[in-house]
Amino acid sequence: MSKVETILKQFADVAANPKKAMDDYTAETGKGAVGILPYYAPEELVHATGYLPMGIWGGNKSISKARTYLPAFACSIMQQVMELQCEGAYDDLKAVIISVPCDTLKCLSQKWKGTSPVIVFTHPQNRGLEAANQFLVQEYKILKTKLEKILGVTITNADIEASIKVYNENRAIMREFVKVAADYPQVIDPIARHAVFKARMFMEKSKHTALVKELLEEIKAMPIEPWTGKKVIVTGILAEPNGLLEIFKEFGLAIVDDDLAQESRQIRVDVLDGEEGPLYRLAKVWQNMYGCSLATDTKKVRGKMLMNKVAQTDADAVIVAMMKFCDPEEWDYPVYYRQFEEKGIKSLMIEVDQEAQSFEQIKTRIQSFVENM
Amino acid sequence: MSVTTEGMKAKELLAYYQAKADQDARDAKARGDLVCWSASVAPPEFCVTMGIAMVYPETHAAGIGAKKGALDMLEVADRKGYSIDCCSYGRVNMGYMELLKEQAITGKTPEVLANSPAAKVPLPDLVITCNNICNTLLKWYENLAVELDIPCIVIDVPFNHTMPIPEYAKSYIADQFRNAISQLEVICGRPFDYKKFQEVREQTQRSVYQWNRIAKMSHYKPSPLNCFDLFNYMALIVACRSLDYAEITFKKFADELEENLKAGVYAFKGAEKTRVTWEGIAVWPYLGHTFKSLKALGTIMTGSAYPGLWDLSYDAHDESLHSMAEAYTRIYINTCLENKVNVLLNIVNNGQCDGIVYHLNRSCKLMSFLNVETAEIIKEKTGLPYVQFDGDQTDPRNFAPAQFDTRVQALAEMMEANMAE
Ligand code: SF4
Ligand code: SF4
Repeated sequence: MSKVETILKQFADVAANPKKAMDDYTAETGKGAVGILPYYAPEELVHATGYLPMGIWGGNKSISKARTYLPAFACSIMQQVMELQCEGAYDDLKAVIISVPCDTLKCLSQKWKGTSPVIVFTHPQNRGLEAANQFLVQEYKILKTKLEKILGVTITNADIEASIKVYNENRAIMREFVKVAADYPQVIDPIARHAVFKARMFMEKSKHTALVKELLEEIKAMPIEPWTGKKVIVTGILAEPNGLLEIFKEFGLAIVDDDLAQESRQIRVDVLDGEEGPLYRLAKVWQNMYGCSLATDTKKVRGKMLMNKVAQTDADAVIVAMMKFCDPEEWDYPVYYRQFEEKGIKSLMIEVDQEAQSFEQIKTRIQSFVENM
Repeated sequence: MSVTTEGMKAKELLAYYQAKADQDARDAKARGDLVCWSASVAPPEFCVTMGIAMVYPETHAAGIGAKKGALDMLEVADRKGYSIDCCSYGRVNMGYMELLKEQAITGKTPEVLANSPAAKVPLPDLVITCNNICNTLLKWYENLAVELDIPCIVIDVPFNHTMPIPEYAKSYIADQFRNAISQLEVICGRPFDYKKFQEVREQTQRSVYQWNRIAKMSHYKPSPLNCFDLFNYMALIVACRSLDYAEITFKKFADELEENLKAGVYAFKGAEKTRVTWEGIAVWPYLGHTFKSLKALGTIMTGSAYPGLWDLSYDAHDESLHSMAEAYTRIYINTCLENKVNVLLNIVNNGQCDGIVYHLNRSCKLMSFLNVETAEIIKEKTGLPYVQFDGDQTDPRNFAPAQFDTRVQALAEMMEANMAE
């Protein structure tokens, strides 16, 4: 196995087995983990406690227990999260943090079936205003106090600043990773690319950064080779399970950039330096966020952003990975779709169902899409 | 009151003022004045102060649904790429908007629009939205603003995961009110009239007061009011609460109900066997069916939390605007489960209800995904039976009359068995 392969396998292993990642972390540090539901929790505050922030983004279960609590028209990811809750899969977490930027999450935040304490906070949506930053600072203050109480720790400003630094470094290296992955699709296929992003949710970030750095050094020493397949940008909440990404691989689609909530949206905005305290600067991240269906934007720059990505990466098309029953994403679609049509940008919408085991229909659609490109 | 409305019954006033509100909007457009489309529980006080004519897409969509015209609009939205998972109010409205837009661009009225039973309303020059009933209204209004290239005023009332509502939330909302005022000053090109603003707030409070008078009438047993009527009168508390249209109509209706009560005239001629709370929005395309099915069982609706969304009482003289902020954010579906349950529990108790009907609304995630938990807690606290049915407020394809009938029949049996005990 080459060094690159070895590192990629490490990422894949963590991505495939978050429970082990958590147990290892606990064994090593004597501390446990805190669950972070989508979207945009100030993870730095958890990192500052020394506990491991663990992303909660569903799984690949067949849904049965969740049926009691959620109708069939709830999004696929929250069906998964509910199923896992009912199974007690999250009960080892010391706490769970839930933000509520969509109607589904507002409800989910009120019906956690696991045993861990739940901390809910609300993002302000009139994001242009200074008053929104002030509001979010108060929410973060309360979140911080609750974390301190539950974990029995004190979070100092110095701790937060240190974590901010760790996170900014991680975001920067991941942005570089996205570029390198685009240049070396022969080395980083869609599944490997996803694994690097996914492992990010279960690894302490400075460790993740170090491993990504190692990976990039190895790859960058290789020659860039021309890509004979097509290049695409993927947008949506997430592109899982791996069976879905297999199809990309099979038909020679390289993911040259993404706008997935689980991937690049996480690393889009840094915590800026400044005179203000860390909570305020963390709050500003939300104000500076853009191009996401969950961050209200009356100008809707998402379509433009995606078209810029297409131009920058010379992509052939945008693949819309539409989370089943996700209405915020579904509301964005008609607008950017129209913009794509007007500008002659090719796009294909495929449905993401985390429960899926077979992908024949998507396969046929991707195949004919690629053939017509 | 103008001469024409004198002697009118509440029902006639309702029809008159509903039509007048649409006419006002058309007249404003014809004069070249501004028209605003607004979310149903967004504060109208600012726009009304500025003399802007208001149109309410949710009410408009409900009307289209009730007149069986929803499918045509849904079809247009579908062609534009709107998934059937998006709220059907929103889809009906986006469909309607696209048709109006086409009409404005081509000068020709699309056939679907010409044949639609929809009340004619003009395209907006600006929109205002508020997420106190759902975040869907943020997404929907983003799209309106972008597709029409017009300003969008956002009043964000953060989900109250912890009650009581914190001061910092009220400050944030009040700041947005002030921001909306300055946005409007720019849009209208003239200063905000604070004196008028005071009057508009007072008017709004008078409308709300009369609205609440009506709602209370279902507390009596037997009840002079069937709460299905609230679903109809709701159109005015949504669309005209900052005008005297709403106050005049509601006062008349409340007076009529009081007189009926005194005279012993009841909604079911006193023949109510059981009383229910209806949780959720009405099924507009099947309003008649749902009403009749319940009535046939002798079941009267004496509780409904939905019309209570417009119990927007606040201190009209509070210059900090915190009181107004609180009124707009405390909507029960914008609060934690515990508070939501308490509000509903009050409605069940005040309405002296024997059971609860939960609408599992395919369109409305926020008003559906906590049904199970809400129902279980209320059952535990009251021992009252409940049923849930699948429906949708405007997409007729998501409601099955037979299922509804079976469910409410089962409920009636449970309620009667309970009472026999
Ligand atoms: S944003 Fe979409 S996928 Fe995520 S929780 Fe909300 S509805 Fe589900
Ligand atoms: S029906 Fe539900 S989702 Fe639709 S606008 Fe009303 S509250 Fe929002």
